[in-house]
Amino acid sequence: MDLYRLKIHELQEMLQRGEVRSREVTESVFRRIDDVEGKVGAFITLMETEGLECAELADRRIEGGKQDGLTGIPLAIKDNMCMKGKRTTCGSRILESYKPPYDGTVIKSLEGHLSVPVGKTNMDEFAMGSSTETSYFGITRNPWDLGRIAGGSSGGSASAVAADECIGALGSDTGGSIRQPAAYCGVVGLKPTYGRVSRFGLVAFASSLDQIGPLTKDVRDCAILLTAISGHDRLDSTSVDIAVEDYVNSLDRDISGLRIGIPKEYFAGGIDPDVEKYVWDAVKELERLGAAYKEVSLSHSEYAIAAYYIIAPAEASSNLARYDGVKYGYRASSPEGLLDMYAKTRSEGFGREVKRRIMLGTYALSAGYYDAYYKKASQVRTLIARDFDEAFKVCDLLLTPTVPAPAFKIGEKTGDPLQMYFTDIFTVPANLVGIPGISVPCGFSKDGLPIGLQLLGRHFDEATLLQAAYAFEQHTDYHLRRPSLDAGRGK
Amino acid sequence: MECVSCGKCFQLERVINVEFEVIIGLEVHAQLLTKSKIFCSCSTVFGAEPNTHTCPVCLGMPGVLPVLNRKVVDFALRVGLAVHCEIAHYSRFARKNYFYPDLPKGYQISQYELPLAEHGYVEVTTNGKSKRIGVARIHMEEDAGKLLHDERMEADSYSYVDLNRTGVPLIEIVSEPEIRTPEEASEYLKNLRGILQYLEVCDGNMEEGSFRCDANISLRPVGQQRLGTRTELKNMNSFKNVQRALEYEIRRQTNILDDGSEVIQETRLWDAAKGVTLSMRGKEEAHDYRYFPDPDLVPLIIDDDWIEVVRGSLPELPQEKRDRFIKEYQVPEYDAEVLTSSKSLADYYEESVRLFPSPKVVSNWVMGELLRRLKGDDRDIEDCPVTPRYLAKMLKMIEDGTISGKIAKTVFEEMYLSGEDPEKLVREKDLLQLTDEEELDRIIEKVLSGNATEVEDYKKGKSKLLGFFVGQVMKETKGKANPKLVNEILRGRLDR
Ligand SMILES: [Zn+2]
Repeated sequence: MDLYRLKIHELQEMLQRGEVRSREVTESVFRRIDDVEGKVGAFITLMETEGLECAELADRRIEGGKQDGLTGIPLAIKDNMCMKGKRTTCGSRILESYKPPYDGTVIKSLEGHLSVPVGKTNMDEFAMGSSTETSYFGITRNPWDLGRIAGGSSGGSASAVAADECIGALGSDTGGSIRQPAAYCGVVGLKPTYGRVSRFGLVAFASSLDQIGPLTKDVRDCAILLTAISGHDRLDSTSVDIAVEDYVNSLDRDISGLRIGIPKEYFAGGIDPDVEKYVWDAVKELERLGAAYKEVSLSHSEYAIAAYYIIAPAEASSNLARYDGVKYGYRASSPEGLLDMYAKTRSEGFGREVKRRIMLGTYALSAGYYDAYYKKASQVRTLIARDFDEAFKVCDLLLTPTVPAPAFKIGEKTGDPLQMYFTDIFTVPANLVGIPGISVPCGFSKDGLPIGLQLLGRHFDEATLLQAAYAFEQHTDYHLRRPSLDAGRGK
Repeated sequence: MECVSCGKCFQLERVINVEFEVIIGLEVHAQLLTKSKIFCSCSTVFGAEPNTHTCPVCLGMPGVLPVLNRKVVDFALRVGLAVHCEIAHYSRFARKNYFYPDLPKGYQISQYELPLAEHGYVEVTTNGKSKRIGVARIHMEEDAGKLLHDERMEADSYSYVDLNRTGVPLIEIVSEPEIRTPEEASEYLKNLRGILQYLEVCDGNMEEGSFRCDANISLRPVGQQRLGTRTELKNMNSFKNVQRALEYEIRRQTNILDDGSEVIQETRLWDAAKGVTLSMRGKEEAHDYRYFPDPDLVPLIIDDDWIEVVRGSLPELPQEKRDRFIKEYQVPEYDAEVLTSSKSLADYYEESVRLFPSPKVVSNWVMGELLRRLKGDDRDIEDCPVTPRYLAKMLKMIEDGTISGKIAKTVFEEMYLSGEDPEKLVREKDLLQLTDEEELDRIIEKVLSGNATEVEDYKKGKSKLLGFFVGQVMKETKGKANPKLVNEILRGRLDR
């Protein structure tokens, strides 16, 4: 049996029954990586030695009967989460050899479970990108078509899950960075409510938008992983002290009577016909399962991308100021004085897209422009949030495509940042508003590329999102299809 | 003080008041005495090995987040209430962005649009006149680290960064531009520091930088509404330097304006050694700090209960204490002012009065001998070797005639040097007052027989000579003789 193909919940049971050992699963995963990683390029750093050591410990714990939800499960971690003593690069030259002196809260939770670290996955530099093409460490390819992008910025985590190079993975989502690559790679990806999962140890891109979340092979796995990382953390002032629901055991709750809103602005045009067809099929499927749908209006949505590309770069310009060559990370050689050291270090250490956004953000916060840009964008953000509040008065969930079209070709949009930014058009509002969103596979294009369905829920109502996604998944088989990497399609 | 025009004659007051009005605003940064830093749990203790009081949070490592120390809010609230500010129920932290090696995150967490407290005042008295100086705002922020420079100062020399101070809590107290003279500025600072010390939120040490002051100063023709161009003065690390720097700057700006030139808006550094201010950076080089609300910290909500708890815990403040001293101890206003100039001095005084309930006598000794001696040694009252208990004991010994008032000065000096019990000192140094009449009689006899001429003169009517005889007896007894007895015996003998 190819153990690497299994899901978290399947392995959980097998480990518990003693049918398999974590060590075997871990070895299987690393053999799979040996086979396909050369084609996919999902990882920046692999952790085979640490992974196998951890698997042994996990096996001992399981033998002792003290198995947690993720004990012994090989997981991949996006390379913007700090792991003590392990290289954490954020896909950037400026942190090429940086090793954090501490564990992030989410990493601590996983370690507490004794889950098995597989490695740190590739990402757009500092999570700034929608295709994992801006990484200093190379491009990650889409396992369904190696000539196409995996999405981003959590492209490494999404493709690692799709290519069975891990059992599950963590990503981070600032404007769609979990959901969008999940859709492109045919896996499940969830962005939790802002404040649900601690950001302590997540290298900040845009602090008011960032959230860590799971990328998994199905919805049940997503619920398991979300349970493990959720909860209040006193080290993160923006994490919220609201009890974590039992996402796993409430999965199969009946969804009949559930009210689903279809935001008309999201279907106004510009959507790929295959995407539109499968998303509507999904609506019909949910209706068959007892849910009711109605059209709603989110009238300020058209300004979401504009507001996002002010707020996120503004926060980023400040968050990334600490990479100055003084304390850690890359420092330019033989600078002439302090200012030259700053300028050279940052010019050489950051890539083009990161520099573009630092400049955008610096501009938006500058004296004389603050009111016109940052402040205005914050006001737009409030209006968008109000739209969602109104919508959630008449429905329990919102349903949209995750992205307007399936994965595009590598290099197709790198010359046109605006076109690239618009791939996040359906995912960005959830970050601006702070609500949870999930992307689940809902079909395949004529070219055989995965299509994602996005569900958005109320603040801290991940349970309802997961229930609807689970019900849909139980009656479809899109999540069961795997890419055939052996055929070696694409370049 | 020199004239603002010629720098030679001494008519500063007149010249300024006639021609220009001086507008001064002060910004004070006060380090708060919390045990831990404002956004992490590192210690704030001063003087540790470089970079030992640090953690990933105050080092600004990637991925870390700040968590507000509630104690800092408590301390800042105390100050806000003590200077009669309105407290904001909703305030926010903001990021002040700039690059410098002592600022590990590349931004300082401060408050900008929504500060903790606004619209207060500090009362100052100059030349016998009282005035309220408005406090525009008080906000909380984190301190930066320190740079240590390689002493060689060569091309290959290094600068080192010590981040122990990074994240130590500060409050910034910004005055309204309502200060009109350097004296007022100095008084404002002294009173403000007194308040902070009374509240026990800041040690107020200007030399060590736990109480720092920057000044904004501009001049405008008397009667003009529009403000003149201001300069910002930095690097003044004592009250005296603040006053000197402002005086210099008034002179400098007056000269410029008198010449018909314009003052340039810039930041100037005070050079205490040369006694001048020097340009540091112009308006063009001024930073654009790109303030925006810090998304890592939630808005700070302060409800009435919190404010009332802090208000209830406020100690008696300098002015209240001064008024009480005047009423309760019947000391003159001047004495009350001096005695309440620091909380520790006021405490010292009150404890002494409790043990020796003659407030004016105690006040005379404290304000005289004690403060003179401390000032000479540049010592604080906290380090005074003479405890209130010993001072009171000594005063009792004067009162009951055990020692003479004159000898008491010697006793005090001995106590000051050794910190010993005055009773023990008097015994050991043989300083008891001489009250034995027979013994005094014998000594007086000796003095009179040794000064026969003066005795003759006295008897002829030169009664002033009585003082001379008393002096001789005192000299003979090394000041220990009871002066009252000496007088009586002398008169008895001479006036017979
Ligand atoms: Zn610290």
